[in-house]
Parts: sequence; C-alpha cells; structure tokens
Amino acid sequence: MITFMNNSDSEEEPCNERTSLMSAESPPVPSYQDGPQASEVGEAQAHRKRRTGGSRSPNNIADGEMSDSGVPVRESALENEEEELTLKYGAKHVIMLFVPVTLCMIVVVATIKSVRFYTEKNGQLIYTPFSEDTPSVGQRLLNSVLNTIIMISVIVVMTVFLVVLYKYRCYKFIHGWLILSSLMLLFLFTYIYLGEVLKTYNVAMDYPTLFLVIWNFGAVGMICIHWKGPLQLQQAYLIMISALMALVFIKYLPEWSAWVILGAISIYDLMAVLCPKGPLRMLVETAQERNEPIFPALIYSSAMIWTVGMAKPDTAARGQSQQMWDAAEAGRENHMSPSHTDSQMSETRSSASTRPITLEELEEEERGVKLGLGDFIFYSVLVGKAAATASGDWNTTLACFVAILIGLCLTLLLLAVFKKALPALPISITFGLVFYFSTDNLVRPFMDTLASHQLYI
Amino acid sequence: PALGLFLFTIARDPLRIIILIAGAFFWLVSLLLSSLIWFIAVRASNPWDEPLQKGLLIFGVMFSVLLQEVFRFLYYKLLRKAIEGLVALSDDGCSPISIQQMAYVAGVGFGLMSGAFSMINLLADSLGPGTVGIHGDSQLYFLTSAFMTMVLIFLHTFWGVLFFHGCEHRRWWEIAAVVIMHLTVSGSTFCNPLYVGSLVPSYLLMATAAAWAYLVSGGSAQNLQRFLLCK
Repeated sequence: MITFMNNSDSEEEPCNERTSLMSAESPPVPSYQDGPQASEVGEAQAHRKRRTGGSRSPNNIADGEMSDSGVPVRESALENEEEELTLKYGAKHVIMLFVPVTLCMIVVVATIKSVRFYTEKNGQLIYTPFSEDTPSVGQRLLNSVLNTIIMISVIVVMTVFLVVLYKYRCYKFIHGWLILSSLMLLFLFTYIYLGEVLKTYNVAMDYPTLFLVIWNFGAVGMICIHWKGPLQLQQAYLIMISALMALVFIKYLPEWSAWVILGAISIYDLMAVLCPKGPLRMLVETAQERNEPIFPALIYSSAMIWTVGMAKPDTAARGQSQQMWDAAEAGRENHMSPSHTDSQMSETRSSASTRPITLEELEEEERGVKLGLGDFIFYSVLVGKAAATASGDWNTTLACFVAILIGLCLTLLLLAVFKKALPALPISITFGLVFYFSTDNLVRPFMDTLASHQLYI
Repeated sequence: PALGLFLFTIARDPLRIIILIAGAFFWLVSLLLSSLIWFIAVRASNPWDEPLQKGLLIFGVMFSVLLQEVFRFLYYKLLRKAIEGLVALSDDGCSPISIQQMAYVAGVGFGLMSGAFSMINLLADSLGPGTVGIHGDSQLYFLTSAFMTMVLIFLHTFWGVLFFHGCEHRRWWEIAAVVIMHLTVSGSTFCNPLYVGSLVPSYLLMATAAAWAYLVSGGSAQNLQRFLLCK
C-alpha cells in the first residue's frame, strides 16, 4: 500500500504514496471473519459520527439496486449473500472510481498539452540527483536506476516513519505534518499553476485578485479536506491536488527515471501491502485494531453516508445490525491508498450498517470505494508522461488511459474476490507501461502509415 | 454520432461502461499484435522497395482485420462466462444485462476505439497550421476521413451485434459474412483517394448491416413503422 503523504515537507519532497486497496479498514474485517465476537466492535462504530445522504453522488446510477440491497442483508450475514452483493455492486463501484481517475487524467493531460511550463526541463528534485544528460546510453540508464533507488528509499523511509509515528500514537505530529503539506500544496502549487496557465493564455490578473482567489481556494480546500464539507467538493479538491502533484512529478522527474520509478513503485507497492511486514499493511492493521480512521485527507472516497440525527436509543440496535452489514460492506469497499478520507470510509461503513434497522431514518446509502491519492497521482503521471513525451501523441495517451482503466477494473475484481487491502498500482501501471512502450514503438508507425494512405482497418 | 450513442445508451449503466472499456481494450490489444507483426515484417524487409512495402501494408491491414475478428470472438467468449457469473449473482435468476445488449456495447467499444485511433491525430493536427494534404493530397481529406470513421464505427457496432448473434445461434455463415464484410470495407479503402470507391460501398454495406442487425435483434418492419409514427 502506498499512502500518499503528499502533504509532506517541501515541494521538493516526493510524497510517500501508498496505494492500496483495502476492503475494509477497521472492524468490519474482523467482524467478517468472526461474526458474533465483533459486536463490541460494531458498537464502537455506532458511536462514530455518521452522515447520511450523499444522494447526489453516483448512487443515482443504481438507485434501484440500492434500495433492495438493504433487504437481503438484513436477514443474515451469510457469506455467500455478502459475496453476491459484493460482486453485484462491483460495477457501480468501478464506475465511481473511473470517473475521478478519468477527471484527474483529463486535467493533467489538458494542462500538459496546453501549458508549456510543465514540459520544460528546469532542473530536478533533490531526490533525483543524477542527471540524465549524459551522452551514453549505459550511463543514462545507470543514472536513472540510481535515481530510482534514491527515490524509493526516500519513500520507504517516510512510510516507515509514518507507521512508527502512528504506532506510537503521535497523532498531533502526523496531523501537523499533513496539514502543513496540504497547506503548501494548496497554496504554493496552485499559485504556480495558476500563474503558468495565465501566462499561457495571456490573461492578465493583478496581484490582489490573485491573492483573493488563491486564498479562497486554499482555505476552502483545507476545510474540505481535513474537516467536513460537501462530498463532491471534497472529491473535487482531492482530484485537483492529485493533478497538481502529478504535474510537479512530470515536470521534475527526468525521462527514464520517471519510467523506472513508476515500475519500481508498483513493485514496492505490491510488497508493502502484501508482505506481512510491509509498512502499509501494518498501518492498515493498526488502524483496524484501534478502530479508527487512518488519516484525514489522504484517501479519496467515492461516497459518504450521512445519518440523519440518530437518537441515542438507536445506537444499540444499530450496533447489532452493524456487524452484519459491515461484513457485507467490508467486501464491497475497495480501499486503495489509505491516503485520504479514512474518516469517510468508516462513516460509509457505519452508515451502511445502520441501514437495515433504521430504514426509515436513513436515506439511501452508498457504499463507497476508497482509492488512495497516491494512486491517482501515479496514474496521472503515467498518462501525463505519455502525453508529454510520446511522439504518437493522442493515440499513446488514449491507449495508456484505457490500459489503466482496465487495470483498475481488474484490481477491483480481485478486491471483490480477496476482500482485503490490495495494492492498486501494480496491475494498472504494468498495463499502462506495456501499452505505452508498445504503442509508441509499434503501433505508431503502423497507424501513421495507414493514415498517410488513408487506409482503415 | 458515436459519442451520442454512447451518452444516450451506455453512460447510464455502469456495467455497460465496463463492457465498453473492455471492448476497447480488446480492440487495442488486437491492434497491438497486428502492428507488431507488421513491424517485424517491415524491419525484416527492404525498406526501399516500394511495392514490397505497399504489399506489406496490405498484408498488415488484412491481418489486422482478421485479428480484430479473432479478438471479437475471444471477447464474446469472455462475456459468455461473465453472463453466467452475473446470472448466478443476481437476485432473480436472470442477468441484469442481456447478451444482445452486451453485443451492442462491445460493438460500440470496438468502434469507438478504432474510430478514436483513426481520427484523433488528425483532429489534433487540424488545430494547427493548415498543412495537411500539402503534398498534393485530396482537398477533401478531412471530410472523407470523418465520414469514413463514422461509417466504420457504426459498422463495428453492427458487426458486434451480428457476430454475437451468430455465435449464439451457431450460424457460422453469419460470422463469416461479418468477417468478409470487414475485409471488404478495409479493402475498399485501398481505393483512396478515389473516394467514390471506398465511401460508397462502405455506406451501402453499413445500410445492409444495419438492416440485418435490426432484424436479428427482433425488430421488424411493423416495429419500425410504429416507432416512426409514434404510435
């Protein structure tokens, strides 16, 4: 799992990204395995803050499905039923993730294509000290591999550091760190981005207006991400900061290093999530044991459920149904990248569980899927790099885009089957890389020749 | 028009979107493999030999067409398995999406991808300085490209329906007809820039395929009449 700690120190610092799919962070997973014992866990969840609603979100896609989802689960917590529901709503979840990933990629590609700043090479991050301007191929390869090693080790160190902090409950420190980084991201990067865009389109803007715009944008962003806010606004902000981060990466990572880093990060992701000693896995498990959301504002959640002013007496009743429902939910949620919106996730789960008993109070719930922001970022980096550097232009970009989406589908499918945290990066990035290189080198000459003769296949 | 098709019929249902993207993916893979073969062939041959290159190109095109159909078939197999899974999982024992819908969506997926690959670079270039066709190509380059792409997208959609129908009912002649039609259409583009040779047959074939697909999907002349007269 790679968590995207994008809000780390300085702009130069690469964010630790952990992307992982987790089917359920907290109690739901234990409750899935051992039903009755998880009741106290369910109780604990009942007290967590919940919100219902989110009616505007993608649930309108499958309203019909939603309404009868509550009914079957109420009866029993049989695994096969849960599995059925898991897979049945899989399609909806996949779409709920497709849309933001697509949006992020569109933003990145649009910016790359239009704003020249992001394709100019103006130096490198200190994390990739070796330059790639060397004359020989071997040297360049060596440099990029060294860059990758440095970058990955930085990420590993940050991740381990984060996990250690989390284990020893230094929450204040972590929160401060996150707030600092998101602050920097929201203000500094946005300022640079806006400046470049205005330059490209030759639009004049005076400093006071700029200050006002950025201040508002940043302040609302901080509130939305770290505290409470409308779901769609929060999603929009998360997409925007992912895009900004991806743009920074695209600009400051030298060519070959970028590709090698992408490959290495997927391998790291795979190991970090699946190995028993992997930092991300430990993070997830610790969070689950403590029954609390991982971090605010590091995970993208596709849905949130609001409970409408639940009265106290209900909590007991809810607690009971909760474990059953949570178990069902657990399978259904893809948690990728425990980066952001953990709070959302737990809310999602808790609200979902309350549904069977308090149908009249709760509105339709949406089971959300969660994807870590790191995933967004690396997907966008891949597509952006394809757009920036491929000579086949849009064909390559389109091919990478489809490849990534299919990878995402497959990963979600695996998640539905395995029902535990899974890394979101490897499959998609592998597909993306394969398609990028093959499209660039093989398909492009073919298509060009076809197009020049105006032949159609 | 293809985009309109997409928006109105596919964007509502998430399952269809997935099938669409998967269809596009399969087309992409088939394209990849066929260009791989072509690439190897080109590399292995003499690059200065014009007729040979042209011949190789033709070979590449034909091979690609065949490969596309093969992948359509593979996709059909995959969807069959998926339908069984969906049926098993659904509440009432019947699948939320029928095989015909899947056929339609798959066809659109193939078509969109192929259309996108054919058109996008062209469109991007058209935004720039007007240098397309400066070497003496036809003035109607863009227009004909646009029409050709559109007809190809529609054709893919209809072929998808027909193909799946043929596979369902084991009518090999339907499948063979689809393949032959595809080959014909691609072959007719060899007549370019003599556009009358390529566009006209393509449109005729499209009309034929449309009617056939309509009939195969259970439509009939009466339905059409009723629909048109808004009864």
